[in-house]
Amino acid sequence: MEAPFRFDQQTCLCTTPLSVSAYYSAQNTRLEASEKRTKGSKINISLEQIKNLHKRFQQLSGDEDTISKENLESIPTLANNPIRKQIIGAFFDKRNQHRGEAGSCDQIGFEQFLMVMSHFRPPTLKMTAEEKEAMRREKLRFLFNMHDTDNDGTITLVEYRKVVEELLSKSGSIGQEAAEAIADAAMLEVASTNVPTMGPDDFYEGITFEHFEQILKGLEMESRMHIRFLDVDTTTMRCGKSTS
Amino acid sequence: MQRCGRVPLWLLGSVLLIRFTSGISAVDRDVQQTRPDSRPEPPSESTPNQSHADHGHGSSAVGGIPVVTFKWHHVETPYQVALWILVAGLAKLVIEANHHVTNVIPESALLICFGFILGGIIWGADKVQTFKLNPTVFFFYLLPQIILDTGYSMPNKLFFGNMGAILVYAVIGTCWNAASLGLSLWGCHQGGAMGDLDIGLLQYLLFGSLIAAVDPVAVIAVFEQVHVNEVLFILVFGESLLNDGVTVVLFNVFDAFVSLGGARINAVEIIKGIISFFVVAFGGSLLGLVFGLLISLLTKVTQKVKIIEPAFVFVLGYLSYLTAEMLSLSSILSITFCGVSCQKYINANMAESSVSTVRYVMKVFANGSETIIFVFLGISAIDTEIWVWNTGFILLTLFFIFVYRIIGVFFLTWILNRYRLVPVEFIDQVIMSYGGLRGAVAYGLATLLNESKIKEKNLMICTTLLVVYFTVILQGITMKPLVNWLKVKKAAVSELTLIEKLQSKVFDHMLVAIEDISGQIGHNYMRDKWNQFEERWMTRILMKKSVRKSRDCVFKVFHQLNLKDAMSYVAEGERRGSLEFVRNESAFIDFKKKFVDDCSGAMPDITACMSDDYSAMSSMSRIDQVPSVSLEMHEQNMKGVRETEDINTHHLLQQHLYKGRKQHRHRYSRSHFNVNKDENEVQEIFQRTMRNRLESFKSAKMGVSPPKKISKHTKKDQQQKVPNGKSTENGKRYFSGDEDFQFPEGDASGFAASDGSHPFPMTYRAGAGIENPAYIPDLDPMAAEIPPWLAEYDAGPVAPSQRAQLRLPWTPSDLGRLAPLRISTRSNDSFAQADAPAAQQKDDEPPTPSKRDGRNM
Repeated sequence: MEAPFRFDQQTCLCTTPLSVSAYYSAQNTRLEASEKRTKGSKINISLEQIKNLHKRFQQLSGDEDTISKENLESIPTLANNPIRKQIIGAFFDKRNQHRGEAGSCDQIGFEQFLMVMSHFRPPTLKMTAEEKEAMRREKLRFLFNMHDTDNDGTITLVEYRKVVEELLSKSGSIGQEAAEAIADAAMLEVASTNVPTMGPDDFYEGITFEHFEQILKGLEMESRMHIRFLDVDTTTMRCGKSTS
Repeated sequence: MQRCGRVPLWLLGSVLLIRFTSGISAVDRDVQQTRPDSRPEPPSESTPNQSHADHGHGSSAVGGIPVVTFKWHHVETPYQVALWILVAGLAKLVIEANHHVTNVIPESALLICFGFILGGIIWGADKVQTFKLNPTVFFFYLLPQIILDTGYSMPNKLFFGNMGAILVYAVIGTCWNAASLGLSLWGCHQGGAMGDLDIGLLQYLLFGSLIAAVDPVAVIAVFEQVHVNEVLFILVFGESLLNDGVTVVLFNVFDAFVSLGGARINAVEIIKGIISFFVVAFGGSLLGLVFGLLISLLTKVTQKVKIIEPAFVFVLGYLSYLTAEMLSLSSILSITFCGVSCQKYINANMAESSVSTVRYVMKVFANGSETIIFVFLGISAIDTEIWVWNTGFILLTLFFIFVYRIIGVFFLTWILNRYRLVPVEFIDQVIMSYGGLRGAVAYGLATLLNESKIKEKNLMICTTLLVVYFTVILQGITMKPLVNWLKVKKAAVSELTLIEKLQSKVFDHMLVAIEDISGQIGHNYMRDKWNQFEERWMTRILMKKSVRKSRDCVFKVFHQLNLKDAMSYVAEGERRGSLEFVRNESAFIDFKKKFVDDCSGAMPDITACMSDDYSAMSSMSRIDQVPSVSLEMHEQNMKGVRETEDINTHHLLQQHLYKGRKQHRHRYSRSHFNVNKDENEVQEIFQRTMRNRLESFKSAKMGVSPPKKISKHTKKDQQQKVPNGKSTENGKRYFSGDEDFQFPEGDASGFAASDGSHPFPMTYRAGAGIENPAYIPDLDPMAAEIPPWLAEYDAGPVAPSQRAQLRLPWTPSDLGRLAPLRISTRSNDSFAQADAPAAQQKDDEPPTPSKRDGRNM
């Protein structure tokens, strides 16, 4: 619980207060504009949080307007993550940017970055049941898109195998065959839970989003898929205030 | 039997202490000192007993050799202890017999009521309370195993994930409860609400501290039955567990203050008290961790003594409790953390059978002592001595406990919610405050009070008992309706599925990655770092090398599911009735399936006596190999199986004959739990069966036409399948393409055994439609690699002879024949619908696709 606090202080301290405030006054109009736009798409992130993320964005991109895959891949702590590729890919996936487009791009601006990040905001007490449900679906959709690399609406076996393979790649003793077997078994599991009365000649193409939702009911996605930085009540906010 | 004086006695590793209050005390004070194990015959000891010649013991002194003597005193205490355990067990049995009752009233409440009745009976017989819960017994023999069990089966991730909140509730919440209750009661006392009582402020605080803690035993008993969501459960449960430690510490501190006397308490003493509070709490936890690591280290090297391996866990766990007690640290915290810290490593280090032994024995102990505790809480009520009524005191205590619990929970949650990512919801808070059940720990502490310093001890005991009854019975009963009424989010009853495990793993990694990208050091980051640290250091030191390699949680789930499927498959086979099952299924599914049939026949008996399929399998695999079984045999198997049900009948009979013998044999050994391994014997049995069966076969083999039989039974088979199709499919679907699935070289026997389970893969249901090469086992490797797995089974008590027998009448043919059969297996369902000729056609189809695919793997 104290961890983010410490870190925030560090980041705040390492840039001199003066330059930060100057920077903010210059940037504020733009940030507010982007806040409005995100609000338009029903994503509630406070200005402070946006500022925080923007700072990080600048840091990652090296003060550019856009960020590229290489920028993200160069994050040192990410190096150990087995599914690094998928996650970075998700940032550049247009489906996650709520524009109704598909495919991926090479560069994303701050707004897109924010859009992707917004998938990870926690639910609040004030949310209504419908809002919660919508949020849950959105989060699931994100996860689903991460697996469904070719955007055909299903996670095929090949796609899923790849995920499992990479997931297990860190534990060295489990070979590719094992990973495949596990992926296959998982797939069969999905097939048998969702299509219990499958004819002998039917062919299970892959996991559709509905099936995906069905399977992951028990995981309580909505209450787990979030990280602290987007929380209004945390130290991120205080940090923003103390510096601006 | 009851009127034998006051004899609190100790019992070796057992659980109960009984106090007799009537009669002759001078004599029995000597007996008090003695323990049952040191008691038997010495003459010096028998002298006091001889004064009770009428009890039978002394009759031996009369002279001459008595044929039979009645020596009640000789066995008295252990006998009573055993009887009480039996009574408690029977009580539970009776209570559990009717689920309509336990659905409404929690078991704990029923047990207490049962205790009332028993107490009433004793009272009626004796006119005095002779049995009651004694703090020594409670704290030394009843409590530790319960706490150890909860620690051992603690969901670690959840627990540490909510550690902050749990600590806040447990430490601050308990202190708040104790202080507010003590002060309020004192205030009311000053205000004259309770009449004339000799209780000072310190004593009120002492009372507050003993009754402040929520009791884990009561909480688990009630909350396990309502299935609330896991976060709520871990909050209540974790709090109850840790605050027990806290309350004992508080109790000791205040107890010291009370004996010090109000006048001599100054700032220094108070500071010392606070320091000791932390030292005791953290010292206890640390000690527990040390013992936990010790257990982990020890289990690294115990594979040679598998039989007593589980005992180490219990003994060291208990020692951690006693050591903490000795060092006057918090013993409850110690044993809790001992269980929490060692669970992961011992589960990995020990053989699977030992792990389940530990798990079960833990549950037996915990559940047993829980039952006894509740029964005795009920019995203790029937005692005129402790019933000192003071309306003001009792009612006010009940009221304050209830109110302050609510205030405390809401206030602390309000603070916590400002920092929690997922806030605790209002309804959850209501349940949390309502779940403040008090229990036996409070009662145990109350009986520990020193009567010379606290005049109103009996009033306090009485109040404590009432609070316990009130919370456990009333709140316990109303808890379930309340949970339903408020629509508290319940725990999803989910089966262990592979995909969920995979997804949650993906999930964890994703959260860490996002935190990395956004440049935050959050929860996930910390957890990730801890995992890495643990991976690098802890597991290296504490885990066996062989286990470490194969220890991936996804893989583990995969493995477990496979085991489960194997079990369900066996069960399914049995359920369907042996002959029908064997004949029909094996007709369509190639020899591998047949294999399973063999196993299904062979395993249950062994399984039953081994208590674990895993060990059963490994034991089978360990049985020596029979060299005379040739490799080609299994091809023939296919053909043979198709035809002769007679053989199968015979075969099954034979199986059972030999099984009995083997089972019989291993019972003599105390340290080896396996069916016999004597090579000669296996050989001999093998050969003899061979001969017998060959003869019987020769008489039966003629005039069988396979295709007809098949067509005859397909329909039936299909029908049978429909109602339970699901379970069969479940049983089948995981095994896919395992031939090239290299199990990491783990615990040699364990993995050899699971290797042995590979013959199952062909049983997967092709109808599920994933056209996937991985599902079609590669043929060529099969042919080449038959020995490792086949031989294991062939060497089993039964399989070899049958195989051999099947083989003999039919000359071996080329391997290629196998392939078509396999293909037919893949479309099991469609095949079943088709008629016999079609089946034949399918058999004749060229094997190319599957073969090719297989090779591509």
